[in-house]
Amino acid sequence: MIRELWAYRELVYFLAWRDVKVRYKQTVLGVLWAVIQPFFTMVLFTLLFGQLAKIPTDGIPGPIFYFSALVPWIYFSSTVTNAGMSLVANSGLFTKIYFPRIILPAAAALSNLVDFLISSVFLVGFIVYYEVPLGWNLLLWPVLVVLLMLLALGLGAFFAALNVKYRDIKYALPFFIQLLLFATPIIYPASMIPERFQWLLALNPLSALIEVFRHVVVPNRSVDWNILGISAAIIGVLFIAGVAYFKGTEKAMADLV
Amino acid sequence: MTRSLEIQRLSKQYRLGQTQHHQMLRERLVEMIKHPFGGVKGTESIWALRDVSFDADEGEVIGIVGRNGAGKSTLLKILSKITYPTSGEIRVNGRVASLLEVGTGFHDELTGRENIYLNGSILGMRKREVEERFDAIVDFSGVERFIDTPIKHYSSGMRLRLGFAVAAHLEPDVLIVDEVLAVGDAGFQKKCIRAMEGLRNSGRTVLFVSHNLAAVENLCSRGIWIDAGRVRMDGAAKDVIESYMGSFSGERVSGFDLSGTENRSGSGEIRYTRFEYLSPEGTPCAVVRSGDPLVLRLHYHAEKTIRDPSFGIRLFTQMGTLITQTGHLLHGIHIPKVEPGDGYVELEIDSLNLVPGQYPFSLWITGQSSKMVFDGDVRGSLEVEVADVYKSGRMLDSTHGLVYFPQRWRV
Repeated sequence: MIRELWAYRELVYFLAWRDVKVRYKQTVLGVLWAVIQPFFTMVLFTLLFGQLAKIPTDGIPGPIFYFSALVPWIYFSSTVTNAGMSLVANSGLFTKIYFPRIILPAAAALSNLVDFLISSVFLVGFIVYYEVPLGWNLLLWPVLVVLLMLLALGLGAFFAALNVKYRDIKYALPFFIQLLLFATPIIYPASMIPERFQWLLALNPLSALIEVFRHVVVPNRSVDWNILGISAAIIGVLFIAGVAYFKGTEKAMADLV
Repeated sequence: MTRSLEIQRLSKQYRLGQTQHHQMLRERLVEMIKHPFGGVKGTESIWALRDVSFDADEGEVIGIVGRNGAGKSTLLKILSKITYPTSGEIRVNGRVASLLEVGTGFHDELTGRENIYLNGSILGMRKREVEERFDAIVDFSGVERFIDTPIKHYSSGMRLRLGFAVAAHLEPDVLIVDEVLAVGDAGFQKKCIRAMEGLRNSGRTVLFVSHNLAAVENLCSRGIWIDAGRVRMDGAAKDVIESYMGSFSGERVSGFDLSGTENRSGSGEIRYTRFEYLSPEGTPCAVVRSGDPLVLRLHYHAEKTIRDPSFGIRLFTQMGTLITQTGHLLHGIHIPKVEPGDGYVELEIDSLNLVPGQYPFSLWITGQSSKMVFDGDVRGSLEVEVADVYKSGRMLDSTHGLVYFPQRWRV
């Protein structure tokens, strides 16, 4: 499978390139859209949860606190959504031509990475503006990105395969993602969760990821290696399970769509 | 000569209902809760292909003929690895490329240049290969002036030429082509045929499905006739086409003969004896295609003089929904009487705006009052084959509904 995927690597690239190109063609603001969504969500969160609800932010300036979590969150949620819809949306393609089907969700994961990187550059701007000191933790950043991609792709592939078979997935998916937004420390810090429930964080691999993303940017607190390790293991299992389920249903896909 | 393709006892089973109805996870869960030990309900299944075997050598161009639903498309889809066989084996020597549609994956917002790269990559070309052949592709397509224009501004003919240009430069060892010659103007078709001849001369194997029997005969050395999921005949293209055509005319004499039809109602003083499909010029139609003009000639035999008869037809979907009912009385045409003996009435349809498929119909002959039935529940069936009704290369099928309107888009 890996060899075949390697043979088709250019197609992943071309499909991702198509998605990016089409997304920003004919929009007045072009690539700025990649930043607008996390930026205004951040502004809203800062006003609503920071100023109004006075939810603590671990001593991190509000905008950085929210933005550093929103950038990976938006990557995650849009990749799971786009990858989950990728087969049904491209049914005209894969019922007419053969290529490894996993390429479709993989291309979604890759094309969203472009947005992720653009908004990450923006995040650097925040860091400079708030004069946050840089730490060694920053070296962890690429590892986190890989983990984030694996998680989003694993879940996305699972939902994509499920979506071909069961058409109500497209209604369930946004709901699932919305729930996850609240089950993940994005609008609140993980430290707000009482000590005896902290282990729950390890169960949601996205929690540890987002929390570490934050502390990589603002090194005011050390990385919890135990929780990150457990999360990485869970992500590995989810990724393999998601892709395995996808591969298992692959043969029947063209007959079902 | 080297074998390029070996197919052994290929079969494909479809579960009925699998394609029509998209299951909901909610339903499946409810089912699981209600019958936790029940498993999945057994459904009816059909064999789209049954024990199909044949080999192909390098340089062979094989035309595959058969009616709608005979299994041609399923065969091509299996050979293209789009769907998988239920049983059987395929061995291929070399690279397979399939062209089930021209311009698969074209995106309207992208330019011609960008689409060449995208489409080439989807068809399995490397970026380097596309770059090498780029000029030749553009040249072949004849759209060089618009190569940096988004293809949403292209005419359907230009899109088609661009799509075929990419495909023509694939250089696969085995090429699988479905009904692409039916589209485009004569000049384009010539170009396609030349491209396929080029493939043949360079020792490639081509499998080619078309309703254009003349093209099959010109292009192919060998023909395979698929009927009801099986290989009915495999031989020289000319012979296969002849037999295939013959099966239509044979049916006209026997199959469309209504004298043996059972379960007819009515008093029987006048009865339909047979019907024919004719072109407006009066020649028999071997194949009825979407959008074709069609004359349905209904022959009858009257035992005695019948006063004020009313002839009519109801056309149904396979599910039994009435599509249309028509009779000459609707047109204000009155037949005072019919003399004893044989005769016929004709229904001329300007354009058969039905999507491809099988359409049962029933015929009747009544008196002036529909209560007086002379002949009723006479069953026949109309088989409508695929056609490029919009001249765009996009074939109509059952996913496009039941009928289509003569139409134009203005954008």
